[in-house]
Amino acid sequence: MEQLIQQVAAGLANGAIYACLALALVMIFVSTDHINFAQGNLAMFSAYLVWQFLQWGLNFWLALPIVVVISFIIGVAIERFILRPLHDAPVLSIVVVFIGLLTIFFSLAGAIWGHTINAFPSPFPKFNFPGAAYFGPHQIGMILTTIVLLLLLFAFFRFTPLGLAMRAAAQNPASARLAGVRVDWMLALGWGLAAAIGAVAGTLVAPVVYLEPNMMASILLYGFAGALIGGISSPGGAVAGGFIVGVLENLISYFGDVVQNLTGLYIIGNGEKLSVALLIVITVLTLKPAGLFGRVSVKRV
Amino acid sequence: MATTTTTANGVTRKQTSRFGAGFSRNVWLLLIALALLPVVVALLPLVGGPAEVISSYTFLQLSLMIVYSIAVLGLNLLTGFNGQISLGHGAFFAAGAYVAAALVAHHHWPHMVTLPVVALFCFVLGYLFGLPALRLEGHYLALATFSLAIAVPQILKYRHLEGVTGGVQGLNLPKIVAPWGLPFTPDQWMYLLVLVVAVPIFWFTRNLLDSRTGRALMAIRDQPMAAATMGINISQYKAITFGLSAMITGIAGALHAGMFRFVAPDSYPLELSITFLVGMVVGGLASLPGAIFGGIFVQVIEKYADSIARSLSSTLHLPIDIEPWTIYGIALILLVYLMPTGIAGGIARLRRLMNNTGRRSGTS
Repeated sequence: MEQLIQQVAAGLANGAIYACLALALVMIFVSTDHINFAQGNLAMFSAYLVWQFLQWGLNFWLALPIVVVISFIIGVAIERFILRPLHDAPVLSIVVVFIGLLTIFFSLAGAIWGHTINAFPSPFPKFNFPGAAYFGPHQIGMILTTIVLLLLLFAFFRFTPLGLAMRAAAQNPASARLAGVRVDWMLALGWGLAAAIGAVAGTLVAPVVYLEPNMMASILLYGFAGALIGGISSPGGAVAGGFIVGVLENLISYFGDVVQNLTGLYIIGNGEKLSVALLIVITVLTLKPAGLFGRVSVKRV
Repeated sequence: MATTTTTANGVTRKQTSRFGAGFSRNVWLLLIALALLPVVVALLPLVGGPAEVISSYTFLQLSLMIVYSIAVLGLNLLTGFNGQISLGHGAFFAAGAYVAAALVAHHHWPHMVTLPVVALFCFVLGYLFGLPALRLEGHYLALATFSLAIAVPQILKYRHLEGVTGGVQGLNLPKIVAPWGLPFTPDQWMYLLVLVVAVPIFWFTRNLLDSRTGRALMAIRDQPMAAATMGINISQYKAITFGLSAMITGIAGALHAGMFRFVAPDSYPLELSITFLVGMVVGGLASLPGAIFGGIFVQVIEKYADSIARSLSSTLHLPIDIEPWTIYGIALILLVYLMPTGIAGGIARLRRLMNNTGRRSGTS
């Protein structure tokens, strides 16, 4: 039982990261209908930027906002300069561009910082609290940050004119344009926000998985799974989905262990994490593409 | 059909498919020339000339080009001609390689005899993966196949498959040598074998695309609804195309394994699938010669990317050494803008240009 609680707690902590990344994916999907395959490596790049600032002796809490702003600008620039001209291009062209971005960020990070693994210090102080047996301070920090991020986004979309304009641009671009919303800038803004959220996600996960150019590949897959379970058109759903996937991941390997101890038969364990994510992705996509909380999109023929 | 294409790139699509049929005669000439090459080289030692006019290493390079061409052809059949985006064809390449390797390593089959089994296995695998994929379109299919590509190395390491796959260690294969004392070095022999496999595959694909089936595939890509109205069974066609595509790429994987005599899970990462995508886009979407150009490009880049990247960093006085993958990425993005039809499309445009000027001077 003790172990089970521990697994769920660890799952929630990992889930926070998947939730962050899923949130970033949803931001771009909602505003542009694209699935950003480069999201993971963009986040990895941001994490490296934070690390670089730390190396230069900057305080973490100063470095993070700077990098979030830089990432925001990178995101906006990508949308404005690379994706804007492809507005009416077929899906394949856009997917190819994303794959191009993915490899560029990956290899740039490798070229600048090398492919060796770097330790990344946790920004959260060590302190004692009830439940410390299950959660480390970094785990608590990850979960809280994700929830704060979600609340901020919710407030932004719900209570600010800019948020309203973004929602309008995403839901009905033509009418929004008639009402005076600059729709194309809203798309760029969506990209910027996604890159900024991704920067937070990358920075939070770096202390857990260590810093290296390849660090986000499996996490991105879990981010996808989370976004899909929650519904790729729903920010709240994506966060819920991220947590669900995180817990599911740990529970599956936990019960795999239990089964192995009882029957001696190995079925599933830590080594099959990615295969589990693949199964989730394919199952959700084929059986319930809208996810748990997403809108079912209806297309007029 | 053609007049009703309303998609943004409908025009270019039409051009590429028309071009694919018209250009193919030259491709056959090229392939025949390539096929005759080793015969000539093989005769050279007999007449007493220098035995290695073309070095074994060059033959290895050529074989790799052909193998990558086959792999890109498989992807092109699915993505270029049928419009189903796959970012995970490395998975089928790996499946082909592993089936061949397992049969050779565990059951001592001759490598080439495994190919029919590889083809069947990969066809079924692709068909099965294609069934759920039927419900997915565009971005979602890309996402599903992308996930597959990421998960491949881990699937290959699965503990219960270890008896077959050799786990993390992978499998070692014996060298393929020319039988009956034929005067070929192993690299020359491999080149011949690869060519003997490649030509029928290209021939088969060309005929397939030229037939009723091929037209159905392209109709599904361009106007799925109109295609369904005309009585084309879309789901059946799509699933079968997925199977055929996986089969072709799987055969390429089996040949590749035979060439390197080694398979291991980490030889088939996400980057491999991206490599095929690059080859397809650079060579030319929905074009048979494009698959060949793509295969050549992939091999040439693999060989020269390091030096290209290094000289680029030094000429631009960059503070860092660019990595080859940066070039891949930039090439991908630039091509989408400047040459969406790839090398094959560029050549077609050039030919049309030359034809037009020729006609004009003829009439004057």
